[in-house]
Amino acid sequence: MTDTVLDLVNVTAGYGPTHVLRGIDLHVRAGERLAVIGRNGAGKTTLLGTIMGLTKLHEGSVRLRGQPIDRLAPFRRNALGLGLVPQTRDIFASLSVEENLLAAMRGDASLDEAYALFPRLKERRRNGGRQLSGGEQQMLAIARTLMTRPEIILLDEPLEGLAPVICEQLMSVFEDLAADGSRSVVLVEQHAEAALAFATRAILMANGAVVWEGAAEDLRRNPDLLHRHVGVGVEA
Amino acid sequence: MLRRYGSQYAPAVLMIAVAVAAFFAFPFNLAFLTRILIMIVLVLSLDLVLGYAGIATLGQAAMYGAGAYAAGLFAIHVWADPVAGLLIGALAGAALAALAGLALMRTHGLTLIMLTIAVAQICSEIANRARDITGGADGLRGIRMQPVLGIWEFDFIGRTGYWYAFAVAAVVMVLLAVLVRSPFGLSLRGIHQSPERMLAIGAPVYWRRHAAYTLGGGIAGIAGALTAQITQLVSLETFSFALSAEAMIMLILGGTGRLYGAVIGTVIFMWVHHTAAANDPFNWLFVIGAMVLAVVFFLPTGLISLPPALKRLAKGGRHAGS
Repeated sequence: MTDTVLDLVNVTAGYGPTHVLRGIDLHVRAGERLAVIGRNGAGKTTLLGTIMGLTKLHEGSVRLRGQPIDRLAPFRRNALGLGLVPQTRDIFASLSVEENLLAAMRGDASLDEAYALFPRLKERRRNGGRQLSGGEQQMLAIARTLMTRPEIILLDEPLEGLAPVICEQLMSVFEDLAADGSRSVVLVEQHAEAALAFATRAILMANGAVVWEGAAEDLRRNPDLLHRHVGVGVEA
Repeated sequence: MLRRYGSQYAPAVLMIAVAVAAFFAFPFNLAFLTRILIMIVLVLSLDLVLGYAGIATLGQAAMYGAGAYAAGLFAIHVWADPVAGLLIGALAGAALAALAGLALMRTHGLTLIMLTIAVAQICSEIANRARDITGGADGLRGIRMQPVLGIWEFDFIGRTGYWYAFAVAAVVMVLLAVLVRSPFGLSLRGIHQSPERMLAIGAPVYWRRHAAYTLGGGIAGIAGALTAQITQLVSLETFSFALSAEAMIMLILGGTGRLYGAVIGTVIFMWVHHTAAANDPFNWLFVIGAMVLAVVFFLPTGLISLPPALKRLAKGGRHAGS
């Protein structure tokens, strides 16, 4: 695969001596929309943590544009174009919205771009992190990651705990981010329906391994498979 | 808008007014007032390191002492220009912090605190042993400074020293105010709150902490250089643990991570210390201890949060009365 930007080859990773991921092979193409679906504890967050260098890699290798990044610190991986939006959002409570964005700003990134994507953040720019709703916190977490100019965005369950109307807004933003094909978006979600509607390709994870891989549309049409591994069905 | 700018610049205007008023109100205490200004610079350096970057240290005196000796030796052997001496002091403090920081910034908590104390003690012992260069326990003497900017001679009463120290403290304050609002400064606050989060969003946590420690060392070096130039003496006390500890108490008293807190804490600590020690040379520490206890219990974020706390109290009283 010559057009892949991110490759995980036979990756085994975990926390301390514990192995959470086992023999993962994953390839993300340039401009691709990839959905990672799985139950709680399937290893989805650990997968993103391993890509970012936040989780210990025991075996295998992680390559970015063909170059191994196994030994690089998370900030170096970020500088090379990987950006993670963590599941916990990790907003700095004592900083305002604007300060949260500035703290991560790099290169030619600008506040105006972030505010154009999330006008709500502009309205709330002087508010502290702890004064934001869950949806606003998620917008800020995404905008803050975009301030580091990532080419591959790793979104870890961004819809978790949010109202349906906010989920729709965020999905629309993900569409915008992936629209011109300049960025790859890896969306880890338990909301299989939303994730599969967005993605072109999907992988199913269970017990730290990839149990299915293929076109997102195929998975949408296979509710039995989804039910078996995620516990929900999807209306095709 | 006027109100916003008013609240933004009011503390700075107030500080300048207090400095001018103090100059005229206490013309025979300028040496003490100058000491306060020098301590403000040292405590500001600690605020950057501890208050903003969250680096726990009890060894800020190491960089202060390095700056003092470097500026003193530079004045004696090379050039007695005050501004050049300040730069040398800053460089010495920053260089020591950069070197020590390579190892220190890999540690946290108690280990870090102990190592910072150890660095200051090692510096003190080196200065003590290098008697031929530093004067050892007798201190470094013979510092004679040229006029500030070639115009203002250091005088016996200390007028020049006072305004020189005030100008340096003001410049340091302004530069720090700009720094802490910059993306770098904000990332330090992020690192203080959660290094793991900053790591996850791509910040080089170790190097940012190292940079903050080095910058703080440079500012502490400036404070040391000031004291060498104005008092014309550098002693081993510049490396003392007591100095580092007092600087930390001043910062906690005023409030960490808010620059003005460092100023308020230093002024109040030193004024109370001065007055209490003059009135009761044996029990003055009791007053300081009681004050610190009261602040820690009732205003855990420092004296800088006293006005808003009083405002809240007054509002609460009004609501209860209505």
